[in-house]
Amino acid sequence: MIKARTALAGTHFDMGNWACAEGAIAAGCNFVAGYPITPASEVANYMAKRLPQVGGIFLQTEDEIAAICSVIGASWAGCRALTVTSGPGISLMQENIGFAVSTETPIVIIDVQRLGPSTGVPSIGMAGDIVQVARGSHGDYQIIALCPESPQEMFDLTIRAFNIAETYRVPVFLMADGFIGHMREQIIIPPADQIDLVERRVPTVADPMKRQDFLDIGVAPMPVFGKGLQAHVTSSCHDEHGMRNLTEPAVMHRYVMNPIQKILTHRDQIVEVREDYVNADLVLVTYGTVSRSARAAARLARNQGLRVGTLRLITCWPFPEEAIRKAASRVNNLLVLENNSGQLYPYIRAEAAHASRVEFLGPQFLGQIHDPNAILEKVKEMLA
Amino acid sequence: MTRTELTIAGLGGQGSILAGMMLGKAAVAYDGKFATHTQAYSSELRGGFAAAWVIIADEPVEYPRVIHPDILVAQAQDSIDRFASSLKPGGILIMDTDMISNIPESVNGVFRIPATSIARNEVNEPVTANIVMLGALCKCTDLVSRIALEAAIQEMVPKGKTEKNMDAFRLGYERVKGA
Amino acid sequence: MNATVHPLRKYARPHVTRTTTCPGCGNGIATQAILRAIEELDLRMDDFVFVSGIGCSAWIPSPFFAADTLHTTHGRPVAFATGVKLGLPEKHVMVVSGDGDLTAIGGNHLIHAARRNIGLTVVLMNNGIYGMTGGQTAPTTPRGISTVTSPYGSLEHSFDIAPMIVSAGAAYVARWTTHHPRQLTKAIKKGLTKKGFALIEVVTQCPVQFGRASKLGGAVEILKHFKSNSVRIEKARKMDPAELLGKIVVGEFVDIEKPELSSEWTRLIHSMREGRQ
Repeated sequence: MIKARTALAGTHFDMGNWACAEGAIAAGCNFVAGYPITPASEVANYMAKRLPQVGGIFLQTEDEIAAICSVIGASWAGCRALTVTSGPGISLMQENIGFAVSTETPIVIIDVQRLGPSTGVPSIGMAGDIVQVARGSHGDYQIIALCPESPQEMFDLTIRAFNIAETYRVPVFLMADGFIGHMREQIIIPPADQIDLVERRVPTVADPMKRQDFLDIGVAPMPVFGKGLQAHVTSSCHDEHGMRNLTEPAVMHRYVMNPIQKILTHRDQIVEVREDYVNADLVLVTYGTVSRSARAAARLARNQGLRVGTLRLITCWPFPEEAIRKAASRVNNLLVLENNSGQLYPYIRAEAAHASRVEFLGPQFLGQIHDPNAILEKVKEMLA
Repeated sequence: MTRTELTIAGLGGQGSILAGMMLGKAAVAYDGKFATHTQAYSSELRGGFAAAWVIIADEPVEYPRVIHPDILVAQAQDSIDRFASSLKPGGILIMDTDMISNIPESVNGVFRIPATSIARNEVNEPVTANIVMLGALCKCTDLVSRIALEAAIQEMVPKGKTEKNMDAFRLGYERVKGA
Repeated sequence: MNATVHPLRKYARPHVTRTTTCPGCGNGIATQAILRAIEELDLRMDDFVFVSGIGCSAWIPSPFFAADTLHTTHGRPVAFATGVKLGLPEKHVMVVSGDGDLTAIGGNHLIHAARRNIGLTVVLMNNGIYGMTGGQTAPTTPRGISTVTSPYGSLEHSFDIAPMIVSAGAAYVARWTTHHPRQLTKAIKKGLTKKGFALIEVVTQCPVQFGRASKLGGAVEILKHFKSNSVRIEKARKMDPAELLGKIVVGEFVDIEKPELSSEWTRLIHSMREGRQ
């Protein structure tokens, strides 16, 4: 662990997007590339001003493809690198997000989600990308995605995203949305010496044929460029040394499976959920901004004598299946709330439906997070 | 738990969103309360609509949206047309009489202030109409303390414009009438 | 036992004993030109990061060169290299890739890197066709040539890469053919010493695909074609456009000094640090 380099310690009243940028600065981020897009632009705008003050570089690229590629390149050059965009940008980045997965490159991707499909409504938040970030690049892989519910968490979870990225050599998503990205709220930034950062491990042996640079389920040290390590980095099927191998089925299997296993075997350390459903008859299962509506609804319900709890997925990927199974084994009714048409619902149902009743409720109008009273009505209907 | 919800709306360029930010800042940084501020505006940044929604509470705000505000601060007729019907029964309206001619009968508690003409003719700084509105709001409600709001305004206006903004605030505080 | 070792073998990874290029390919000439340039400049492979995309020429440095090598997705090596160079401004970052990779799918990145004048040395292998995927039309395929995706003859006009990248803002642009290995080596050396974006376009032969499509024949015939159709840029500037039809203009298209992006960033960060103290 190293300590944060810099942070504007104190209580602030500012946007989620500002908090995200300051979180990245606190996490030692020194390279950001991005392309302007609503509702994510404030992160890039602020970084353009802030990064040079702390010795970092901001690159406005020609498109989001260049943004993700240059961020991956910068990570291999030894930088702590981040890109920030919204759904349309994620769509453009997908091929090279797969490159980062395959080459085990630590980067942080901020997705300030907006209403879609397609150009949709730029300024309105929605949880429309929650499955595309896990399944949108071709081939088979696992991803890590964190879901903040407030500007404060856009600060906290951005730091956590960098730490996870460095610990496991993976791309990590922060799944914000236009609502909390643009929302202002109190943000408490702790003193820099109270922020722990994970340092990148780099090998010392000069010959890649005598090292394991890739496919280590226990996470290999990263042979970053510029240190005479003669690293070979390719997203084509490769062996432990990074050397291309398109002939041996056993290597192909490891090339796909080991990065997947690297995440799944560390699932317990990665996954974070918040459980508040002791003795509940019904649990509201949520992630992201909607979690706030869920807590408000649970409070309304309890005030009316209904035993309603909450389960919040802070980590949506890898999918917290254990937490869902646990809730289903203890509570008879699960109500899944998402600000979309039900993207995680099938995953949740698959883990829970054998043990309890699972239903879904979207907001009255997509993009507008659930009114707690509407949740309460559905709760009453399920508990009737 | 006390929770007060406010909508402040106007036309793009009138500073409604900034005024909302000042309220939130006053509550969080100077009154030790909790606040959320959300906003919406049209694609044209000048002349279209602009609105901010502010929630101020004694505890962390759970549900962050304003559906039926306790207070509506309206800087334009457009704001009345869009938001007056959302006002909570018994809620209050604080309006710029220079910009608004018609208000629905359903609204009872109305406070009036000629903010635009005060800003233009007395402060000699037309862009301070939003600060005049904040002065009026501060007088009519106990949402935030005067000290906190003045401190937040001073922190957020351009250096060198502090005096004019404080004038605007004071005139709003003194001249608001009604209810 | 034959103990003859190629003098440039020292620049290759010891465990790599074969390349993935067909007999007669121009990749070997370009490989030697690059390594000779490095040797003549007395540079160390540790001073380099090589970045390549997808296509036959992307295999020139990857995994062959005993240096840091980054083999990227199709069309994106310049974008990756931009991040590498900004992270390691003191290193030589060389992109080696083909005309399809760099001017079709990756064309946007190429012109923007030239506009930024970021210190990359780009060796662009232009064989006028898609080789690896089986002989499809490229943006560089001469009009009228039949390929598997233009079986009735290509109806499109082709890119003139070198002048395009001059217009985009590069500090150094040269074009040579594989029939000009010495000039090519010299151009790569100049590109490597240039502080700024350098593009060396290598007009090269793909006897398997282009040779067949153009009916020019094998490697030797194509090289002879390069020889008899190359016109020095100094001479070409005095010629009629009609006279230049079907000719390959070779030489230096631009060689200027202008602020380079990664050193501009170093300067900005340095000045901000000074300002704070």
